Formats: sequence, structure tokens, C-alpha cells
Amino acid sequence: MSEPRYLIPGATGDWEVVLGLEVHAQVLSTAKLFSGASTDFGAQPNSQVALLDAGLPGTLPVINRKCVEQAIRTGLGLKAQINEWSRFDRKNYFYPDLPLGYQISQFAHPIVGEGEIDVEVEEGEWIKVGIERLHLEQDAGKSIHDLDPASTYVDLNRAGVALMEIVSKPHMRSPAAAAAFVRTLREILRSLGTCGGDMEKGQMRADVNVSVCKPGQYEKFRETDDFSHLGTRCELKNLNSMRFIQQAIEYEARRQIEIIEDGGKVDQETRLFDTVKGETRSMRSKEEAHDYRYFPDPDLLPLVLDPAWIKEIQESLPELPNEKRERFEKDYGLSAYDAAVLTSDTDRGRYYEAVVETGADPKLAANWVNNELYGRLNKEDVDIADSPVSAAQIGGVIKLITDGTISSKAAKDVFEILWEKGGDPAEIVEREGLKQVSDTGELEAIVDKIIAENPEQAEQVKEKPKAMGWFVGQVMKASGGKANPQAVNEILRKKLGL
Amino acid sequence: MSKLIEFTLTEALEGLEKGEFTARELTQTHLDAIGAAAPLNAFITDTSERALSMADASDERRKKGEAGLIEGAPIAVKDLFCTVGARTAAASNILGEFDPPYESTITANLWKEGGVMIGKVNMDEFAMGSSNEHSRYGPVVSPWRRDGKNDKLVPGGSSGGSAAAVSADLCLGAPGTDTGGSIRQPAAFTGIVGVKPTYGLCSRFGVVAFASSLDHPGPLAKTVEDSAILLRSMAGHDKNDSTSLDVEIPDYAAAVGRSVKGLKVGVPAEYQVDGMPDEIRDLWNQGVEWLKEAGAECVDVSLPHTKYALPAYYIVAPAEASSNLARYDGMRYGARVEKDGLVPTYEATRGEGFGAEVQRRVLIGTYVLSAGYYDAYYLKAQKVRQRILQDFRDTFENVDVLLTPATPSAAFGFGERDADPIQMYLNDIFTVTANLAGVPAISVPAGLDNQGLPLGLQLIAPALGEETMFAAAGALEKAANFSAKPKRWWESA
Repeated sequence: MSEPRYLIPGATGDWEVVLGLEVHAQVLSTAKLFSGASTDFGAQPNSQVALLDAGLPGTLPVINRKCVEQAIRTGLGLKAQINEWSRFDRKNYFYPDLPLGYQISQFAHPIVGEGEIDVEVEEGEWIKVGIERLHLEQDAGKSIHDLDPASTYVDLNRAGVALMEIVSKPHMRSPAAAAAFVRTLREILRSLGTCGGDMEKGQMRADVNVSVCKPGQYEKFRETDDFSHLGTRCELKNLNSMRFIQQAIEYEARRQIEIIEDGGKVDQETRLFDTVKGETRSMRSKEEAHDYRYFPDPDLLPLVLDPAWIKEIQESLPELPNEKRERFEKDYGLSAYDAAVLTSDTDRGRYYEAVVETGADPKLAANWVNNELYGRLNKEDVDIADSPVSAAQIGGVIKLITDGTISSKAAKDVFEILWEKGGDPAEIVEREGLKQVSDTGELEAIVDKIIAENPEQAEQVKEKPKAMGWFVGQVMKASGGKANPQAVNEILRKKLGL
Repeated sequence: MSKLIEFTLTEALEGLEKGEFTARELTQTHLDAIGAAAPLNAFITDTSERALSMADASDERRKKGEAGLIEGAPIAVKDLFCTVGARTAAASNILGEFDPPYESTITANLWKEGGVMIGKVNMDEFAMGSSNEHSRYGPVVSPWRRDGKNDKLVPGGSSGGSAAAVSADLCLGAPGTDTGGSIRQPAAFTGIVGVKPTYGLCSRFGVVAFASSLDHPGPLAKTVEDSAILLRSMAGHDKNDSTSLDVEIPDYAAAVGRSVKGLKVGVPAEYQVDGMPDEIRDLWNQGVEWLKEAGAECVDVSLPHTKYALPAYYIVAPAEASSNLARYDGMRYGARVEKDGLVPTYEATRGEGFGAEVQRRVLIGTYVLSAGYYDAYYLKAQKVRQRILQDFRDTFENVDVLLTPATPSAAFGFGERDADPIQMYLNDIFTVTANLAGVPAISVPAGLDNQGLPLGLQLIAPALGEETMFAAAGALEKAANFSAKPKRWWESA
């Protein structure tokens, strides 16, 4: 568990960056947190709005049990403390996309407490990131400012949708680590089935707390848990892609270093990242920060969880990416790299296991999924879920390789045909005449003929055994590329007396 | 026919059952009486057409033998309850002509039991007030007058319209809401019965919120038995209200005639406050005697934190109100005062939409929840609330009910308490404790003061102790034999 140091050179020497994240993940649930309205994405504006979501008088929140279950499941997946007693508070502020005038959230008593996850920043470079807490809260509606020059439109479809806010400890020290944390978190949530993880659809977004300090300070902070060893932080709001997360941090860290080196002080504030200009700009200062007047929501009773229910959820937990990676290494004899790549995405891992289940060699299967299949999927920009080639078909191709029916080269041709036209791998080999010749008698005849036609080379090869490659080439050519190279090698060695 | 309006709910239900008159006749008579009672300013939204069609439907049901608990009874609805197709404005300008597309659980339950919606009645804006002087519709005038005087008196508040309507025989019962005394105080001022049940017994769904943890819907009625029948018709578990209790609703009316022999009645020392008129003290002592004569045992008890209840209440209630009323921003429904830009629009809408008393409480609530003040005010008030609850729990280990005065005075005149909000808030001194603790309480008319105005006594019972409360209230009612009625001066006005 070591991390390469990310140093930013400044006029006064090197600087380090310290990062903590708040990830908002939309709970995978068909209904909102308190109103029962649908959460389908892409519906007509204001078509999924219950009375409560519009803040009508006398309407009351009733907790959606499914959302609570999802939060517990996520907490368990993050190896975090599940709080059997938690409470909803009101966060009060005025905005047109917040119909109640407050957001129902968990401020003082979150449903999930401290946890920890392992994050792979670069290949083989692992860090542990502490989870501070996870709480449930409502999303706001959407304000649309660009439909009309004079008006703002409001769509309340998202208002009241359940979010999990997952707060990390400031345990990340490079833009890559922050992005890796979000990626890892997303994979965990997707494996658990508690969040779709699609950042483009707003299912996940991150706020990043950035501060800079001189080397050595972070270690002091970790020893003492005293934040005064770290620099003043700024919060970068609403970053919705891995790329923006990294760009925003890089820009912000440099901005802070410049201020300090120019003799200034970093102001604690909330900043927005301008994705077009690649800059962060001030949204509101600490002085301008809202006084949210948090207090316990009197419309809701405290959330009291039955330990038996938590246990039941624990027992139904699926295998998580890290557990799966370790199992892949152990059970399938894969390299750490292959295992990590295959488990980096739930669907990829599932596809791979389906290939292996057909009886295909696990290592070959890893190569085929990671290289051939993904090479092609990426090139054509196709999602694995829509892959034209099925796991069973890939398994079939691999079996034909391992039993010597086709060469690796011919296998690629089969894959090409499967991608374009589909079909059964064995039938394709038969139809296209891609079967390699392993028949010893047939091959011996070709070898004998070539040796007889090239007596000089046959003599020379005895001196220089490496030159046998020339003969292999001749035999392959004579067989029309269908000869089994292994068999050809063996026969040549015997006939040439090597 | 005008005799019909003098019936109690129980009497009217008997008459309907015997076929002596129909729900339509009963309803029409009440509508006529309402028409003649405009000077009271109790009724603010006319639903007479609906009342008549509901009455006809009720007569049909009764014919088929499908009568509900209050089949055919005209019921007046406080403007705080959402009623489909009938303006619901909480007596506030900010709600404009808001016409809710949903029905409150309380009114839905009443209609299911055969109630007839006779009209919507006036109240203090957002249920904030003790005199019904704070309303967009103007103040409600009490049906009562001091002997030989014509000064307008307040009916109490915030359910002032409901109390006036019941007291003036304009309906047979009315659901109100009680956040700090808003059912019991106007009931006491107008010589009727008011019940604030256990928190969670009556659903808050569809009731425009004032202070969620203190708001209690409950009935105002002519007699204890009527109030018991109405409570049974209103109460019950509601999945739309997370704080609703999932309990069986007993036949409260059956408890009303029950003997109180051996019942232990606590008389709390702390309700003896400075400046309380002698006649209220005397009436309280009289109440003790009445209950003793009926076989109860009366003992002195102490609830030491009572004196902190009113200050704690005036922190918790405005705090919740400041948040509950944030939704009235002019964006989606109700009134909007359009200005240039969002914040000016908010300010103008809320500045013009809310009356002075509502604004005062929103300001107090915002203040006590603010960073730096939260611990000193809101958190402290919540701790006081816990102590008050504990006082009740401890006391109810030893006694079955508590007997106290309902109010520190009889009804007062218009504008008499308006100058000083604190004087107005002191009206709630005997009633807020039960709201803070969530325990049931009832106000029973027990006598007249020396100016001929009604005075009430209050019984407080432990949580879900409604049956004991009704039994004791029944005994008190029987002994007091309160039969005074307001003179119907408004009919000739």
C-alpha cells in the first residue's frame, strides 16, 4: 500500500495536495425517498411530481423502505458502521427548485458511519481511503436558466429523489487518486446494485475539497488527526466526470499555491469549475455561506433499524470488486493486472466468467476478453451489454484454439466473422476452411517435399538451427496457412535431425 | 324547524335514526342559521350546495342501513383542513384561492362516517393566535356578550370560527387543531367542549402545518359525548403521516357515562398562577368538589417544570413554523407578488402574503434556529420539553387524570390583548403543556363568570388515556350541568 508522491513544484519548493470527496450517488430505486413518485430518467418535465414534491400544504413525507435498504447495503459494502438509530434533519434555504424551502437530509445522525475502501491508483499502487459517513437526503429539482433569456424554468422530476451522500476522509493526495476513488466507489455501488453510477445522467457527482501543504504536513495530520497541519480548503462543487475532477483539482492546487507563494491567504470558500475555461471560480465565500438552520424534521420519526434486517442484507450482499479480483487471481491463475482489468467493471467481470463457464481456458479467456473483445468494443464505441459477440461464442473460439482445431491467427478471423455476421464458431471454421492441418501424414509429405527441393538449406540448418524458421514458413505457405505450427515444428526437427 | 339546530349531535343522530327529520332538513336548517349569523364572521367559504348533496346522499345511506357514526350531521371545517374543491387558505392571503386536489385524512374520515360539510370556518392565520383577530377574513365575533353589554368579544383562537359555529348552533361539531391550546381555549371561551387527543391519534395529513410536533387535530362539540363520537370518527392510523399511531380506536362515547369512583385526580400546584381571577380559582376548587362527590379521590401533585412550558413552547412552535411556512414562496401556488428578480419577489410575496403575527413567529423561529443561537434556544427548549414530558409521566404513576383551569381568564374584548403579544401568549399557559408532552386534554364548560361569560375546566390524561379522560369529563359535565347559551343577538343585528 504505497502511493507515488504527487508533487507540485512551486517557487518556494515542492507542494503537496490533500483531497477529500463528497460523492452524491442517486439511490437505485423506482420511487423517490419520501413521496412515492417515479424516478425514471428522461420523463417529460414535471411529470413525476407527487404532492409532497411540489411542497403542497399539509402533505407529509413517508420514508421509502427500499431507499433505506439501499443505504444499509452500501454501508455494508463500504465496510462501514451501520447506525441502528439515525435521524432526518431539515436543511433550510430558499430556491425555486426546492419546493419545501428545505431539504430533508441527515445532518447530525447519519445512517452510516465510518468505513474504509481500498483504491488502486495506478497498476499495483493501492491506497486506503477512509469513509467518514454516508447519509440519505433528497435531491432538489432542476433549474433551467437557458430556455428563456428572462425566465428560469423549474423541473421538479428530480425533486425528492433519494441521494446517498458519501463523504470520504481527506485521504487522497493526487488528482489520479481522487478519480480512482470515485471509480472504485462507482464500481462498488454498481456491484451492490445501489446506484446506476452513470455520471452523464447525474446519477453520481462529486464535490472535492482541495487544500495544499508542504511535504511532511500530511503525515503530521494523519498522526494527530489535527486539521491545522493542513492548508485552508476550498470546496469544488458538482464535478460530473473523472476528467473534470482531475482537471479541477490540478487547476485549483496551482491557484492556491500561487496565492500562498505571493504572500496571500487562501480563503475558505465554495468554488465552481468552469469546464470550458478549465478554471475554478468563486461561488460563495465562508461569510456568504448559508445558515441552513438545521433541526430535526418533526414530520419524521427517528430511523430505527432492526439488527435482524441489517443481518439479512449483509447475507444477501454480492461479491465486491476487490473480493472478485482476489478470487480471479487465485481461482483462475490470472495476473494481478488481468484480474484488476476484468473486475474494473461489473459487466466485464460477469462476461468473463460466462466465457470461463463454457469450459474455456481462463488465461486465454482473459486475453480474449481484455484484448480482442474490448479492443473492438472500444474501437466501435459499443457497450459490453450490446456486444454482438456473446460469451458463449468467445468460449467456443477459445476451445477451438486449445484443442488445436484452429490457429490463433485463424481464431481472429473467426472473431471477425462473429462480430460482423454472428454464427457458431465451429461451423464458421468448417465453412470457411480455417481448420488447421494437424494430420502428421499429410504434413510429413509436405515437409519431405520441401527438404528434397532445398538440400542446401537443409545442410545449413544443421549448423544454424535458428534458420529452421525459414522451413516453417515454407511449410505454412505450402499448406495455405492451415498447418498446425506446433506439429510442423516437431516434424521438421525430426526430419532435419535437430 | 328552528328547534333542530338546538340539538346536540347525539340528539340529532337519534332523531335522524328515528326518522323524525332527514339529513337534508337538518342541513337546510343549519344553512339557514348560518345565513342569519353573518355578524359572527365565522363562516368564510360557502359550501351549501355540496352540503345539500352530501345530506341527500346521507339520507340514502341511512335508508339502506349503511349509516356511519355521524350520519347526516352538519360539520363545520376549519380553513386549515384541505378540502377538495373548496378553497383552503389557512385564513392567509398567501394561499390566495388555493383549491387543494386532495382531502385531509381528518375530513375524509368524517365524510366516510356520514358527516355533511356545512361550510368552512374562520381561524387565526396559520392557526397562530388566541383570539381569532388575525385572519385575512377579519376577526370572528364571539356569540357571547358580557351581561348587559354590547362590546364585541373574541371567541378565542385559533379555532375561533369553529368554536363560534358550535356555540351558536350553526353546526353539530367541528374539527379544529390545537397547537398550544387552539381547540381548548376557544371551547372554554364559548361554553363548549374541546378535545386535544394524544399526539398521533388524529392524522396531520392534509392539515396545513403550523408546528408539526405540536399540531393536534381534534373535535369541538356541544357535549362531552358529542366530542367522544366525533373523535372516534376522526381518529385512526394513516400511512400518509409518519407520526400517526397504529392503535385501535375504542368507542370513546361508551366511556362518557362511566363511573369515576376511585379515580385518582391530581391537582397540580403549578397551575396556580399569579393574577388568576378568584372566580377561576373558585371554579377549579368547585371542580375538585364535584369530582370528589362523584367518588373520585383528589390529591395535590407537582409538575415542577410547568413554568418553563410557555417559553419552551414559544421557541419550538415558531422554529417549526419558520421552516413549515418556507414553502409559501409564490412559486407554485397561492398568491405571488411579482417583482424584478427572485429575492425581491420572495420578499414582496411573503411580506404582503403573511400577516403581522405570522411574520413575528417566522422571525422568532428563524432566529432561534440560527447558527450560534440554536443551542441556547431550540436545543434548550427541547430539553425542557423532555422534562415536562417526564413530569407528566412521573405524575401519572400516581394519578389517573389532572384537573386544571382551561384558561387564565374568560373571553376578552377586541383589541384588548393586541398591544402586547406576551399578554396574548399567556392565554396558552394552561394548555401548552399537553401539546409539548403529546398527552390528551379536554376543556369542559363548567360555569359562568360574574359577567356571564363561560369558563372551562381542563382534564389532562396520560398518552392514550382518552377513555379515562372522557369518563372524568362526563362526570364533570354532569356535575356542572352547564346549560347557558349565548343570546342570539346576531339574528336581529
